Amino acid sequence: MISTFIELNPLQLTFYFAALLAIVASVKVVTGKNTVHALLYLVVSLLAVAVCFYLMGAPFAAGLEIIVYAGAILVLFVFAIMMFGLGQDETLHAPSVNDRIYGTKVNKFNLWLGPFLLALLLLTELVYAINSGEIQAKLTSNTIDAKQVGILLYGPYLLAVEIASFLLLAGLIGGYHFAKPEGVGLERKKDIGEHG
Amino acid sequence: MIAIPLSHILILASILFVIGFVGVITRKNTLFILMSLEVMLNAVGVAFIGAGSAWQQADGQVMFILILTLAAAEVALGLALLIQMQRRFKSLDIDLLSKLKG
Amino acid sequence: MNDTIIPLMTESVLAFLPIYPLISFLLLMGFGKRLSWRVAASLSVGAMVLSALSSVFVISQLSVGDPVITSQLWTWFTLTLAEGANQATTSININFYLDGLSAVMISVVTGIGLLIHVFAAAYMKEDENFSRFMAYMNLFIVAMLILVLADNLVLLYLGWEGVGLCSFLLIGFWYQEKENVMAARKAFIVTRIGDTAMAIGLFMLFKELGQLTIVDITQSAQTLWTTGDDKAYWIALLLLGGAVGKSAQLPLQTWLPDAMAGPTPVSALIHAATMVTAGVYLIARMNSIFLLAPEVMTYVAWLGAATLILAGIAALAQSDIKRVLAYSTMSQIGYMMLSLGAGAFSAGVFHLMTHAFFKALLFLTAGAIILALHHQQNLFKMGGLLKRLPFETALFAVGLICLMALPGSSGFFSKEAIIAQLWSSNTAGPLLWYCAIFGALLTSIYSCRLFFLAFMGESRFEQNLQPSSSKLLKLSLITLAALSLVGGVFSNIIDMSLTQVFPLVARSAESEPNWLHSVAIATPFVGIVFSWFYFSSYRRKDSAGSNLNNFSESTSGIANFCRQGLGFDCLYYWLVVKPYCSLAKLNRSDIFDQLIMLNAWYVALCHDVLKSSQTGKLRWYAAAIGLVTFLLLLALNIDALSTEAS
Repeated sequence: MISTFIELNPLQLTFYFAALLAIVASVKVVTGKNTVHALLYLVVSLLAVAVCFYLMGAPFAAGLEIIVYAGAILVLFVFAIMMFGLGQDETLHAPSVNDRIYGTKVNKFNLWLGPFLLALLLLTELVYAINSGEIQAKLTSNTIDAKQVGILLYGPYLLAVEIASFLLLAGLIGGYHFAKPEGVGLERKKDIGEHG
Repeated sequence: MIAIPLSHILILASILFVIGFVGVITRKNTLFILMSLEVMLNAVGVAFIGAGSAWQQADGQVMFILILTLAAAEVALGLALLIQMQRRFKSLDIDLLSKLKG
Repeated sequence: MNDTIIPLMTESVLAFLPIYPLISFLLLMGFGKRLSWRVAASLSVGAMVLSALSSVFVISQLSVGDPVITSQLWTWFTLTLAEGANQATTSININFYLDGLSAVMISVVTGIGLLIHVFAAAYMKEDENFSRFMAYMNLFIVAMLILVLADNLVLLYLGWEGVGLCSFLLIGFWYQEKENVMAARKAFIVTRIGDTAMAIGLFMLFKELGQLTIVDITQSAQTLWTTGDDKAYWIALLLLGGAVGKSAQLPLQTWLPDAMAGPTPVSALIHAATMVTAGVYLIARMNSIFLLAPEVMTYVAWLGAATLILAGIAALAQSDIKRVLAYSTMSQIGYMMLSLGAGAFSAGVFHLMTHAFFKALLFLTAGAIILALHHQQNLFKMGGLLKRLPFETALFAVGLICLMALPGSSGFFSKEAIIAQLWSSNTAGPLLWYCAIFGALLTSIYSCRLFFLAFMGESRFEQNLQPSSSKLLKLSLITLAALSLVGGVFSNIIDMSLTQVFPLVARSAESEPNWLHSVAIATPFVGIVFSWFYFSSYRRKDSAGSNLNNFSESTSGIANFCRQGLGFDCLYYWLVVKPYCSLAKLNRSDIFDQLIMLNAWYVALCHDVLKSSQTGKLRWYAAAIGLVTFLLLLALNIDALSTEAS
């Protein structure tokens, strides 16, 4: 194993390092107590994954990952938390000493035990599944650049693009509706009721 | 030149997916559940990009773009619901939403 | 032409005999409440008149040369016996069969029935459910006619059940009182026990002979079985069980005294004249089977004698006028059973007829008296009615004379006919003759006691009397009285018609003592003399030292025991009723229901188990999705895993 490790070229080394970083950052997201810290870790994870994308020969995706995912979606997260005060510490609602789980008192171990086992099993399974097929394909290092993606998007996948825009519209309207402050729109409804 | 084998990329995707899954199951705070969902979505994106790269087709990246769109819409709506939840229940504990019990 | 028309007409008249009361029943039940008394009474009595006239006509067509008239109404079903060598197919149809025996029965049923209907129309005038009452009475007549005219045992059983039903309906006519309903229920259940025995007897009969038509049974039984055959023994015994239930003989006699809870016309019609004689009719009709089983005939005779004496003793201790008459009925039917058991079928049937006359008279007069005394039935609260109700007293006296079988009355002819044939009968014997004489003695004693208590002595009833002034009522009573007195003249006619029906029964060759007849005739007088002195306190007007308020029945232990029917009710309660009720209580939650509920319990259990998986918590559901994904991948890759491992 170590010999194969030394034979890695810089590309592969960077890839594995970035992958490790992504994994560690994700773990810290999932187990964090402070909301904003978890979000920041999520940003780190996304950036690391962007690096991985670049190293896989998908620079356009890497760019999109940084700009859209980390730069828009997570910023949305951050702003929402800050503006609506959603970022209260989880410790407020953490399981207390008196809770019971599987009949014994709650502590860090048995709280995470079940999910951890389940996840481990799932992971093992996935790994086996991946390795059992003939997926050990040889990759070329040809990159797929933005032009190729664009041709595909505005060609065969045109309809999907339009539907995606519908999805965003729905998200927009739904987001507005659910997040609007109380009282807004009620007076309007009353007006309509009087006239209609 | 041998680039990264597809199986390794898929293993990375699986690990990230499973981490996100654990987070969804374990965390009580709905915000953390949403964040874990993002992790899972991201992992799926990794898998697609890897597949597209392996078969030298741009379809993987197209799929990734669509997933990105989906994630954006989902986050918007999810946060909006979170805001509603905060207003009604004064807390983000997901176990409060158990009216479908029984 | 006359040769064919009149027989055809006779057949159709016979066929229509029970239809008139049936139509009346349907109309009265359908329109009951809306009919006035006049309409309802004319409808029901009119139907009875038609039936009575039809029966007169039909009977007149019976002659020596033509002893049987049959009439076929409908086909019903066919039965096939597929067992053994007897591949018998018999068809059970609605056919009517009129011979001498049926002729006697229908004349009693329609004749007495008509008179009692007339009485009831006047008696129940004020009752608000008059139409329902008359409807039930008509239905009873229909059922009884079917019973006596049936040519096969299945149709007879139909009539048998019909009279049981009507008895129930009529005893419990005033159903708002709980005791009436209890009495009706008791009557039905006790007679049911007898009916079950009879049904089993019918099944056995069919299995053995493959026939259920009475004529065919008679022929087959006489050809297939010899006297003393085992099968004949058991079948006769079972039929006896049925007869015992309906006719209120030992051991199923407990229902008759309680059945007096019904209105008096009901007691007269059903529990004196007709239904209780159905058992006697059954034994007389199936005489061929009984003659093939002499031991059973002895049982019949002994049952009759035992009931005779038991009922007589019980009648001595009663304080209710109707209960005395009920026990008296029980006793007289015992006479009929005794005579049938001794092989004197004609005498038994003749006694049935005369008994119907005077017992109906006694009951109806008692009803008139009770009505006049504002529904007072306790003998110890009556007295001195000789002066106050002379008409009713005279009628009652006529009835009692016939009951005691004083010379000249119809009861005399029939009872002496029975007693005369007991000594030398093969299946009865001298011992039973002594029982019959003792029974006659008891009869006269309790009759005199009844007469003294009710009609002589001090008048203990203080209120004003309201004797009924209805002409109808008086007319029916007078007719019955006349029949009771002169009924003796019928004996020859009856004998003639019945000899065609009953075979001659062999008698023992011993000669009878000479004093048999004289003792039999003298017995009632001995009884009268005895009662004159023994019950003198009852009949005297000013008995010194006796207070009107203290005049009540004796409360000694023996008297109480006799009053309650010699403890049979108590016995049955402890033997049957109490164990059954405690068993029912034990099974209150119904074990079979619980077994079926097991199914529902299991389903509920599954539901609870599955319900616990619906926690409503999002994370639980997400975890479930992960688990299922794992299992699915496992299932899909199981071969891959095993090949990789190996």
